Amino acid sequence: MLIASLTLPEQVVLTLAALILLSSFLLLAQVRLDSLINIFALQGLLIFFATLLMAFIAGKYHLLISAALTLLLKVYFIPGQLRKLVIRLDIRREVEVIGNPSLVMLFAAFLVLFSYYVALPIRELSLLSTRNTIAISLAVVLIGMLMVISRRKAVAQVVGFMSMENGLFFAAVVSTYGMPMVVELGIAFDVLVAAILFGVFFFHIRAEIGSLDTDRLNHLTEVDK
Amino acid sequence: MALNIAQFAVLATLCSAVAPLVFLRLPYLQIRISFLLLGVSGIAAAWAGGLALLSRTTEQLILPLGLPWLHVYLRLDPLSGFFLFIVGFITFIAACYGPGYTREYIGGPNSVGPLTLFTGLFVGGMFLVLLAADAFSFMLAWELMSVASYFLVVFQHHQEENRRAAFIYLLMAVVGGAFLFLAFGVLAAFSDSFSFAAMQTAPLSPTWASIAFGFAFVGFGLKAGIVPLHVWLPQAHPVAPSHISALMSGVMLKVAVYGFIRFVYGLLGGIQWQWGVLVLLIGSASAVLGVLYALMQHDLKRLLAYHSVENIGIIYIGLGLSMIFSATNHMEIAALALIAALYHCLNHALFKSLLFFGAGAILQQSRQHDMEKMGGLIKKMPVTAFCFLIGCISISALPPFNGFVSEWLTFQAALQGPILRSGIIGAMIPVAAAMLALTGALAAACFVKVYGVIFLGRARSPEIAEARDPSFGMQLSQVILAICCLGFGIFPTWTVRALNTIPQNLMGAGLAGGAADGWLWLTPVSSQTASYGGLAVFFALLVCWLIVFAFLHQPQRDNRIRIAPTWDCGFGSLNSRMQYTATSFAMPIRRIFSFVWLIFEKVEPAVEGKGPRYLLKISDRFWLMIYVPIGKLMLKLAERTAFIQGGNLRVYLCYSFFTLLFLLWVIV
Amino acid sequence: MTGWIWFWAIVKILCVVLLAPLMAGWVKWLKCKLQNRQGPAPWQPYLDLQRLARKQVVLADTASPIFRIAPYIVFSVTIIAVSAVPVITVKLPIAALADVIALVGFLALARFFLSLAGMDVGTAFGGMGSSREVTISSLAEPALLMAFFTLAMNVSSTNLSTVISHLAQQHFTLYPSLIFSSLGLILVAIAETGRIPIDNPATHLELTMIHEAMILEYSGRHLALMEWAAMLKLTLYSLLIVNLIVPYGVALTLDPGDLAFAALIVTVKLFIWSCFLAVSETVQAKMRLFRAPQFLGLAFILTLLGMMSHIILEVQ
Repeated sequence: MLIASLTLPEQVVLTLAALILLSSFLLLAQVRLDSLINIFALQGLLIFFATLLMAFIAGKYHLLISAALTLLLKVYFIPGQLRKLVIRLDIRREVEVIGNPSLVMLFAAFLVLFSYYVALPIRELSLLSTRNTIAISLAVVLIGMLMVISRRKAVAQVVGFMSMENGLFFAAVVSTYGMPMVVELGIAFDVLVAAILFGVFFFHIRAEIGSLDTDRLNHLTEVDK
Repeated sequence: MALNIAQFAVLATLCSAVAPLVFLRLPYLQIRISFLLLGVSGIAAAWAGGLALLSRTTEQLILPLGLPWLHVYLRLDPLSGFFLFIVGFITFIAACYGPGYTREYIGGPNSVGPLTLFTGLFVGGMFLVLLAADAFSFMLAWELMSVASYFLVVFQHHQEENRRAAFIYLLMAVVGGAFLFLAFGVLAAFSDSFSFAAMQTAPLSPTWASIAFGFAFVGFGLKAGIVPLHVWLPQAHPVAPSHISALMSGVMLKVAVYGFIRFVYGLLGGIQWQWGVLVLLIGSASAVLGVLYALMQHDLKRLLAYHSVENIGIIYIGLGLSMIFSATNHMEIAALALIAALYHCLNHALFKSLLFFGAGAILQQSRQHDMEKMGGLIKKMPVTAFCFLIGCISISALPPFNGFVSEWLTFQAALQGPILRSGIIGAMIPVAAAMLALTGALAAACFVKVYGVIFLGRARSPEIAEARDPSFGMQLSQVILAICCLGFGIFPTWTVRALNTIPQNLMGAGLAGGAADGWLWLTPVSSQTASYGGLAVFFALLVCWLIVFAFLHQPQRDNRIRIAPTWDCGFGSLNSRMQYTATSFAMPIRRIFSFVWLIFEKVEPAVEGKGPRYLLKISDRFWLMIYVPIGKLMLKLAERTAFIQGGNLRVYLCYSFFTLLFLLWVIV
Repeated sequence: MTGWIWFWAIVKILCVVLLAPLMAGWVKWLKCKLQNRQGPAPWQPYLDLQRLARKQVVLADTASPIFRIAPYIVFSVTIIAVSAVPVITVKLPIAALADVIALVGFLALARFFLSLAGMDVGTAFGGMGSSREVTISSLAEPALLMAFFTLAMNVSSTNLSTVISHLAQQHFTLYPSLIFSSLGLILVAIAETGRIPIDNPATHLELTMIHEAMILEYSGRHLALMEWAAMLKLTLYSLLIVNLIVPYGVALTLDPGDLAFAALIVTVKLFIWSCFLAVSETVQAKMRLFRAPQFLGLAFILTLLGMMSHIILEVQ
């Protein structure tokens, strides 16, 4: 068993990776918007701890800055913004009906297996002891995409999009020694801007079509019916 | 010698088919003679099969029947011997059951002559399929089996839906036969003769092997009843007489499994892991869907037919595991999985026949098909109820009976999955095992429903008040099968040791552990990995029961029981309408798994003069998704080509003329 | 020598059977204290069982022989299931009787007869209890099996003695697969033993009963056996969970000093587990029946993730 030969901090990183995957699944299954945002914040917190541990394991202390950035943005700022948005849009108590949750979950499980299959050759190239988690981070990205597709409420789709970015960041942290700082800051800034822009767009969408159900956007077509 | 006994068995079945025709005016005598000869042939076949299995020999015979260059090859090796034992034994038990059951057909609208004739031909066909060692005799016997069973299914042909069900059965049997022709055709094209020995050494490229496998999978699967090829099963089984349903469900499906095993392991050879994955997936789907469809039925025989689909799925899971392990060169675990599948074949034959015989007894006595009209039958038919309970416990795979042992062996085989280096298959196998666990639990739920609604509680309609225990022959056959269910559950090591010859014969490797720790513990891989002591569990259960009973019934206490009206929380005035019905029992599961069926539900509220009405109709999705479109397509194609039938006599003569010219040209 | 081993095996089974009511009573006492109530003493179940065993059995007139034999079968099968679980030591040979899959089979047999007994009296309560019980247990089985599978994949065995001794002898390693399957196992145990949030063990309201509905018509010594079997099942699952999640402290030999130490450790582990159970039952409310599939679906996802973590993260 390979895991028994790792040191304790590395084992904790693997455990955190598994918990991050669990949080992705929980995001898929949540129907209430405020618990959705809370789980997203939890996912950010788990990535923060994982980055912290990787910084100590690999001895690359620039990861500490990435970790602090993650904590600020992913755990406090963005969830806080989303919460305020949800209160202002007055959709706090809305419950989304997911069409057939069991099928979605099954497909998510299949995505995990698929990412494992895809990540097998990539695993050979990494030198870190935590390289097994590449498959997990790819799965988190794919599940985030699945969430964007399977949900109808715009806020849930945004959370899905951001969990995709979570997955990418996690992949970078555990398979290499983190992304170059420039790329890191650039992505973080992009996500920030996206969060603010989404907030602005939500109000416009709601004013136009009266709700945040993105299926209603189907009405905007060129052809008259 | 075993092969000679087997040939005698075949002749006895043919006699049992033909002899009663002499006594057309004396139906009672017809039945007795037919079933007597059938019983003799059953014992002979079981003996021959047992001999072949235990003595580990292979006997061959070439009969100069048929065309000069197409002899009839017969072979009896451990695999055929095992299945011959199953078929023969169940035939013998059916022969004990038959006279009591078919007695009521005398004086009815259908005469029993065709029934006896085709029963003999049907059983004879099955024996011949198991003995055949060349493609022609195999197909001949296969078609004989299918056509004879068609006539048995359509026995009560005065009702429209019986004719329709039998037609679907015949249609699918013929289509299956066509696929088998194609499969054998591929093999015969690469070898020089039609005998199995020649086909075994045929050099096939992997593509052609996969094509042959595909044809065989569909052909044998249509007869075995895997999803989505199962639609004929729940239509044909309820319509046939109960002892025929027992033979079809318990035995004919196993002959299809035999054919599949013989084709893939014996004839094709180099097994590819993709085949194993396909078989595993289809097996898991059949198991889960079969039991879910069964849960929603309230016609007893249709429910049992869907359970056959489920159990064939479990057998295919074992076969799939065996193929995967054999393709990746883990021969001992492949042997374990194959033994698990074969053991389940035997177990299913035993408990399914037991359940169908019980269902036949219930149907005969209560004259009801619908479970919702029964209830409280345990007080009227105690022997049938006791044997049916054993059947229910066995089919739910509960210890210490036989169903548990074969499922345990399948789980042990699945647990060896991590030995495969591939992570993808290594992840699929535990999921298939979880689906098997789901199946087992749902099957137990279904049989709690069946037993509880039919035998326990109060009678739900007055029509069943006349039910009594059936005739002695019918009771005896059920008791024998119940004892066998217990026996094969508490003596698994001997059965596994006997079955061990089959993988050694087919694949060249047997079980690793076997009975390494002695005959008491079943340790298929090693005693450190897993062990199960069937007899010890049974005795421990009895000892515990006795000790507790003795402890609670101390002599100085007054241990009498007072009988009083049912308390029911003091609500009083209970009647039989207040009990749970079969539909209501299955309601939570119906709600949770509602995406599986096509459900039509209607509630009409009460209007004056009438109470509220509830209508529930559940249909098979596969029928609507696959078979109805195919039927429509066929009809459309037929309409397009109908222009050939112009109606003009001279046009038809033209067809013959031009065909003749063409053939003359070809010969030149 | 082998005679002593069988003696210790019987002693173990007797201890577990006799201490099961204390476990149930202790959990109930803790719940009462947490809910600011006086509550019965922890040894109250013993007095209840004694009283029931003395009383006369009143049998419904619609009952059949199944109703009368079901309590004996349920109780005996649960005792045999207990014999498969190592409590203090892994050296007892009785564990060769049955492995973890057979354990699940025994519990399924007990449940089968319990459900049949519920259907037997021909009341709506019994049918309702049986119907709900079989639904919940069929949803819990895949999760349970997947949890044991993950364990077996880690250790390559389904024999509980082998599993626990293997896990106890490794130095502390954090296995994500075991963490997830343990969580799933806890959820399944809550569902199977009929605790809140799936079933309320203290209720007799018709819409909230599952286990209580099936044994509603029982009285006298039959009821005593059924109640004792339920307490034994709770103890069985508790022992399974505490010995699998924290296998340290289980004696690996038959040395009396080791055994005494192991007995102490098991008591401490059970104490912590019963506190956790009492707290979790107090803070949650019982879920409506059709939310139970989501609860058990979560258990299945957890165990499935455990299995996949094993394949992805823990092996080469």
